[in-house]
Amino acid sequence: MQMTMSQKILAAHAGRKSVSPGELVMANLDLVLGNDITAPVAINEYRKAGASCVFDCKKIALVMDHFTPNKDIKAAEQTKKVREFAAEKKIENFFDVGTVGIEHALLPERGLVVAGDLVIGADSHTCTYGALGAFSTGVGSTDMAVGMAHGKGWFKVPRAMKFNLHGSLPKWVSGKDVILHIIGKIGVDGALYKSMEFSGPGVSSLSMDDRLCICNMAIEAGAKNGIFPVDEKTRKYMSEHSKKTPVEFSADPDADYDEVMDIDLSSLRSTVAFPHLPSNTRTFDNMPVVPIDQVVIGSCTNGRLSDLQVAARILKGRKVNPKVRTIIFPATQKIYLDALRQGLLEIFVEAGAAVSTPTCGPCLGGHMGILAKGERAVATTNRNFVGRMGHPESEVYLASPEVAAASAITGVITDPATL
Amino acid sequence: MKITGKVIRYGDNVDTDVIIPARYLNTSNPKELAAHCMEDLDPTFVKRVKAGDIMVGGVNFGCGSSREHAPIVIKESGIACVVAKSFARIFYRNAINIGLPIVEFSGEIDEGDKLEIDFDNGVIRNLSKNTQGKFPPFPGFLQKIISKGGLFPAMEELK
Ligand code: SF4
Repeated sequence: MQMTMSQKILAAHAGRKSVSPGELVMANLDLVLGNDITAPVAINEYRKAGASCVFDCKKIALVMDHFTPNKDIKAAEQTKKVREFAAEKKIENFFDVGTVGIEHALLPERGLVVAGDLVIGADSHTCTYGALGAFSTGVGSTDMAVGMAHGKGWFKVPRAMKFNLHGSLPKWVSGKDVILHIIGKIGVDGALYKSMEFSGPGVSSLSMDDRLCICNMAIEAGAKNGIFPVDEKTRKYMSEHSKKTPVEFSADPDADYDEVMDIDLSSLRSTVAFPHLPSNTRTFDNMPVVPIDQVVIGSCTNGRLSDLQVAARILKGRKVNPKVRTIIFPATQKIYLDALRQGLLEIFVEAGAAVSTPTCGPCLGGHMGILAKGERAVATTNRNFVGRMGHPESEVYLASPEVAAASAITGVITDPATL
Repeated sequence: MKITGKVIRYGDNVDTDVIIPARYLNTSNPKELAAHCMEDLDPTFVKRVKAGDIMVGGVNFGCGSSREHAPIVIKESGIACVVAKSFARIFYRNAINIGLPIVEFSGEIDEGDKLEIDFDNGVIRNLSKNTQGKFPPFPGFLQKIISKGGLFPAMEELK
């Protein structure tokens, strides 16, 4: 039986030689993740079921990132519940104010995920770690609770779509544009229940940050996971960040794909997703004038160091438009420190932007940058659903850090190449 | 199992942000959460929903975040079953894991129709339109989870 990369990882963790699409399997997990919104629900379930010890106190990550620093009393009660659970179960990877970063930027950086791992997280963007050649997918709180107790999860073996990448990206175009382009083509349910497997000669031209950003938004196409093959760049990243031993899997040459899409990276352009679906994309040949009130640069999609570097390149020596509230969120403490040392934070503050501690904050309309009725934001985040960043009648336009920084300066959605 | 109920109908791509907006997720108490169910899509929902009603959606129902709060608030509101043309996958597994019945069905259903759903035989009857259709029953593995009342209690057998 010829298998895709994702199917091979599932088979290996289910103790099987092979698996076929549609089959339901129980598999062993390498890591179980939860955050300050989903872990409290999982802990309720865990306690209700009367489970005592966790399966492995090293293989659980609890990341208090969504409403951090606690935005109100209720949020504080939620993190307290998780903090107490982590202490009781001696969970090693508990991240709170001071060490916390946005989970999907934090886990790879801390070396908690490597190639070949099977990871579930009670957060839909858990699919991010496919960039490292791992099978990782978002689940709910009950799955997380069972995962913490038993170290196992159930999976329906997914079919797959293949994206064959060629060439390399033009200037001012990045990973975000690749994934927005794809979602614009296949739709928000274009890969429903499937794996999105990236391959081809173009892969090597993409940085790890680009790959993390691309896999991050696989869920916005409905996918179960996104995954990249392991190459020199992946190996270098893993050896710099992790002590774990990676296991490299690759797809069989004649594995079965529902669809194969060829993408010439050099033909891609800066892409913006208009409200209220990530698939509602446009490029600048077809862009009305859209005045904006806020720019958000950050999140698990685009809050990594290279995102801040490119934003700083654009903002350096310039001022943001006085009508545009510009908020920049480094995704982790390490990224924050690197950005500080490289002088990026100074550039942002001098340009008139606010720089925040790592938090999910405005990305989910939690706090730290909520929109009023009728307001519009350009955000490097991943969802532009109704009410996502605040009032149900506000609007979110999803874009790359390049477009977001350029738009902060002009006050309208702007092609960075025209600055 | 057989249920009968009145339809509250929505369109395609009903996402978890409109089912329960993130601004309310600073609690995990189902009652508090359910007071805001569907608020950003249909502010009248909470007032008009009756225990036993059936929620109907189009394609990709429950897309977006992994928040289990979404099926939890729907269940807590009294909805007996969600019928949709297709479900986003995390919502699908969450609904099964918490014991909220869901059915994939593409036949024509309108707001206010009365439906009868026969889970054992995979038959859905639209009593208002006098039509009926079939839906595929859950595979054995998932049936076990549902019959045990959720994933946790089923684990002893599934491991
Ligand atoms: S940054 Fe946004 S999308 Fe990412 S984990 Fe936080 S809330 Fe979710």
